[in-house]
Amino acid sequence: MKIKDVVSIINGRVICGEDMTHLEVQKGFASDLMSDVLTLNSDDVLLITGLANLQAIRTAEMSDISCIVFARNKKVRKEMIDLAKEINIILIECSDSVFKTAGKLYKAGIEPIF
Amino acid sequence: MHFEFEIEAGDFSKLGFASSQLKTILKQLLGDHKVIRRVVVALYESEVNVVAHAYSGKVIIDINTEKIEIEIDDKGPGIEDIQLAMEEGYSTASEKVREMGFGAGMGLANIKNNSDEFYISSEVGVGTNLKIIAYLK
Ligand SMILES: Nc1ncnc2c1ncn2[C@@H]1O[C@H](COP(=O)(O)OP(=O)(O)OP(=O)(O)O)[C@@H](O)[C@H]1O
Ligand SMILES: [Mg+2]
Repeated sequence: MKIKDVVSIINGRVICGEDMTHLEVQKGFASDLMSDVLTLNSDDVLLITGLANLQAIRTAEMSDISCIVFARNKKVRKEMIDLAKEINIILIECSDSVFKTAGKLYKAGIEPIF
Repeated sequence: MHFEFEIEAGDFSKLGFASSQLKTILKQLLGDHKVIRRVVVALYESEVNVVAHAYSGKVIIDINTEKIEIEIDDKGPGIEDIQLAMEEGYSTASEKVREMGFGAGMGLANIKNNSDEFYISSEVGVGTNLKIIAYLK
């Protein structure tokens, strides 16, 4: 699925990386725990999280995750946007809970990693 | 090639600098290679541990045509029972570290899983030393 379709399904707001939303994601993972995200070993993963801090962006960088959805209305701060732009990561804000966001995307065909 | 980085403990805003540099260097050297994510994740977990559990640290990276060797040496409280620390789920992480998204007790096991060779030694009251080796072939 293209990331721009993800955005419309979850009613998201693209905060940065708009020019990369034609890229594809196949699988999704939802966690507030970066320790868990770091154990994944999978490509083209979309991360859904409620943890809005620099570590979420750094963790995505190290795990080759190119798109993060911040659920339950968590706001992305300027320093996070600066870092995400530097390393080409798409940031999306969304008002729904992690559960609802993941549910919508699962229903639309985004696969779980496990 | 030889690189060195300093890690400041307690400073979460700079956390990931060495790993990010390593990723950039390896992408330039190797292009798309499976080993990159493994060593970058292993170094990042090690950086998190220095920031979360120690006082200061140093990262030493050596890359040649055969392998990538990373040493992380910290000054800190050290680890009393390494076998216990290596167990998934064992963690002494503070509330602050947990708020940052870490502290599940998964890090050391994940570093080992992402290395071809992994060595850990520690002296209580002095510090901890990790050595991570990954082969390119
Ligand atoms: N560099 C270090 N100095 C002192 N103690 C450490 C160090 N690294 C790990 N430890 C100890 O070993 C425990 C387990 O480490 P590990 O990295 O596996 O988990 P964690 O850091 O607690 O959580 P996670 O890595 O999942 O975020 C830590 O909670 C800490 O008690
Ligand atoms: Mg750790």
